[in-house]
Amino acid sequence: MGKVAVIQYPGSNCDLDALEILRDVVKAKTDLVWHKDLAHEDYDAYVLPGGFSYGDYLRAGAIAATSPSLRIVKEAAEGGKPVLGICNGFQILVEAGLLPGAVLRNSSLRFVCTWTRLRVETTRTPFTKRANAGQVLEIPIAHNEGRYYLDKEQIPELERNQQIVFRYVNEKKEATEAGNPNGSIDNIAGVCNQKGNVMGLMPHPERASIPVLSLDNQTDGRVIFDSMMRTLHGPEA
Amino acid sequence: MTPGSYVVEVIVENKPLARDPEGETIHQNLILKGGYKQVTGVRAGKLLRMNVEANSPEDARAIVRKLSDDLRIYNPAAHTIQVRIVG
Repeated sequence: MGKVAVIQYPGSNCDLDALEILRDVVKAKTDLVWHKDLAHEDYDAYVLPGGFSYGDYLRAGAIAATSPSLRIVKEAAEGGKPVLGICNGFQILVEAGLLPGAVLRNSSLRFVCTWTRLRVETTRTPFTKRANAGQVLEIPIAHNEGRYYLDKEQIPELERNQQIVFRYVNEKKEATEAGNPNGSIDNIAGVCNQKGNVMGLMPHPERASIPVLSLDNQTDGRVIFDSMMRTLHGPEA
Repeated sequence: MTPGSYVVEVIVENKPLARDPEGETIHQNLILKGGYKQVTGVRAGKLLRMNVEANSPEDARAIVRKLSDDLRIYNPAAHTIQVRIVG
């Protein structure tokens, strides 16, 4: 029970990091699965890892979004299974239409690799249920195309549906321009679908889940994977 | 009807309301700094030029328009496209 697939695309490069955290840290039964080998009904949750699938050609995630694996992920999502997209995985889910909006080039036109503060905006998703609303997680980003975009008039609906999961904030927990590393609209760092079971975020929780990887030994990213474990295994997980 | 090979271009741009930092930078830091004050705005985009076998230029354009929608050559949440025959 509770088997997780980390889906590997040509150009994925955070797949092994995600695998290690899932398998060795939160002790989830996890397989690394080549995208063409993903079969129906084999898994209870899916993780689309970071990287540069298909070289980011056309648009980050646009080509991987046409992989047959996405049809399986889409069916799983419709069935209520948890689906997590990290960085390029988030871009793929957006391009495949599983999450709203678009992820555009950073407003600085630079690749940004830095620690960010994320405010948890909702704990209703399978990936945030062990966090507290308003809690701030320190998790790093590393991307060139991370500027979340949606037409301004669609933001209130997203807000109403509790689809905004994380916002970039400053040290006072405020969603200011200074706290926004890439120009994302409304400081949005992560969103979910209406049901809440599909979530994507640009930051890399797998890079903040063991003390040795963090600046001050914190493991803020773990709560995302711990939440997923609780979803898969119940409160004892 | 002129069956043959046509050259069709697809131009992908950010929607007018989606900021285009590349276009803004080219405008501010290159064109205006270079003294071309007549230029009041720049949008950067992506150009795809496709060779298409079709029965007519209209057909070639329709094929490319359809594939642009079907395969999401652009993301309608953030982009617009223009499809045009150039040869």
